[in-house]
Amino acid sequence: MSAAVTIADVHKRFPGVHALKGISFAIQRGEFFGLLGPNGAGKSTLINIIAGLTRCDSGRVSVLTHDVVQDYRQARRCLGVVPQELVFDPFFTVHEVLRIQSGYFGLRRENASWIKELMDNLDLSDKANTNMRALSGGMKRRVLIAQALAHKPEVVVLDEPTAGVDVALRKSLWAFIRRLHEEGHTIVLTTHYLEEAELLCDRIAILNHGNVVALDTKQALLQRGIGKTVNVWITADEPVPALSAELQAVLRAQDGTRLEFRLDNKLNSIGDLLEGLRTAGLVITDLHTEEPDLEDVFLDLTRGREE
Amino acid sequence: MISGGFYTLFYKELLRFTKVGWQTLAAPIVTALLYLLVFAHVFEGRLQVFEGVSYTAFLVPGLMMMSIIQNAFANSSSSLIQSKVTGNIVFVLLAPLSSFEFFFAFVLAAVVRGMAVGAGVYFAVILFVSLPTHNPLFVVTFAMFGSAVLGALGLIAGVWADKFDHLGAFQNFVIVPLSFLSGVFYSIHSLPTFWQQLSRFNPFFYMIDGFRYGFFGASDASPMTSLAIVILFFLTLSGLSLLMLKRGYKLRN
Repeated sequence: MSAAVTIADVHKRFPGVHALKGISFAIQRGEFFGLLGPNGAGKSTLINIIAGLTRCDSGRVSVLTHDVVQDYRQARRCLGVVPQELVFDPFFTVHEVLRIQSGYFGLRRENASWIKELMDNLDLSDKANTNMRALSGGMKRRVLIAQALAHKPEVVVLDEPTAGVDVALRKSLWAFIRRLHEEGHTIVLTTHYLEEAELLCDRIAILNHGNVVALDTKQALLQRGIGKTVNVWITADEPVPALSAELQAVLRAQDGTRLEFRLDNKLNSIGDLLEGLRTAGLVITDLHTEEPDLEDVFLDLTRGREE
Repeated sequence: MISGGFYTLFYKELLRFTKVGWQTLAAPIVTALLYLLVFAHVFEGRLQVFEGVSYTAFLVPGLMMMSIIQNAFANSSSSLIQSKVTGNIVFVLLAPLSSFEFFFAFVLAAVVRGMAVGAGVYFAVILFVSLPTHNPLFVVTFAMFGSAVLGALGLIAGVWADKFDHLGAFQNFVIVPLSFLSGVFYSIHSLPTFWQQLSRFNPFFYMIDGFRYGFFGASDASPMTSLAIVILFFLTLSGLSLLMLKRGYKLRN
């Protein structure tokens, strides 16, 4: 089966910035793929190159085997993009906007039932004849999603679709995006909300300074050697004695009687930690452990490479 | 090859300016009529440019063409700059449209608006001014090519401009002077030799002169020469527009 999106050795430079430094990976058909990275990592540049909104300096990108430059018509027909910015055309109503967007892809009356379905599913039907200017931010965001889907693309790219969206709308958008995925669409999601990526994505690429610093399934990323966080509460009767070098190495924070340790899966165990604390003469009154989440992995992968 | 998307983009551009018809159609017609009222009042009976043609009649084709070209330019340029500034240009750029379809849709919509304004001025004026029509084919051909030239120039300006100020500068320092100094209000034969020669480097002069020939059968330059120059100008600007679009200049970067 061909990949939904293939990115091969893509470079992009802007004045003074090497935004993408030879990015290569493939997104498989039917995947829910997350593209994460701090600001300036190159996520939006890569999305724009996939969408044909920016041209790469070298390398090749294809959507369902269609090169986004050479075979742009087919590539764009296969792709729906929800832009990050809340952009809209102030001249038109919601229905006109969707009819026009569908028409750009050569779809006219035969697509009317799909546009109606989209408006129903995104709770836009009541606003069909409302001018775009009169919509709230959340409603505009829904229209952007409907526009991206107006031509029934197989691959849908959502560039931070829930940025600035309230919790209720975010949850309803998640449900809608999940439904799209269940219906067979390949979803590519960029987001700053790491819990969103953890909740929705099967596989995740993390970009930092124009490089892919991680590309794996969500489960594999979560088991990358970042161990549990262990919070230990000790008695307050005596000052905390000096800890051994091994414990100092995993101590992340100390707040009164609370000590926070980040264990390394490969090197430490809770047993070793407790034994070390007992040896140091500490009396443990409480203990709490947390599994690592995507945010821990993300910070671990991007923090050390800031320079 | 023209795809279905072209017709939608063309339709959208028409819908855009007809939705604000008071501003895009009615206002320029009223402006042209005001020019006619003032200039005719001042110069009628004092100036005669072509034999047997009143100054007011002489003025009408010039004002029509000036309205046509200014509105054709405004249509493509304002649509593009608005789309760029608000960011909704992205919806067109994501569509499977070729550079030629993009160009053709914008220029054709500009031609329709230019011709609609020109026709509006014509039908409003003939109620008051006796205007002969020597060769309607020349009238229509020059109106069409004149608006197409300015539609293409508007597209170039719209793509080039980063903000409304840039476009305003292009309009006020290029389009308006070239159209005012192209013989709308006078025959270039009434100018000193230097200015006459300089006028012949103004492509707008040939649009207005050829257009006027269609009404009166008289002109400052040969109408076929004017037609050739206007077509050449159109082809040059079309080539430049297509090159900019194909390279994604200021659009895909």
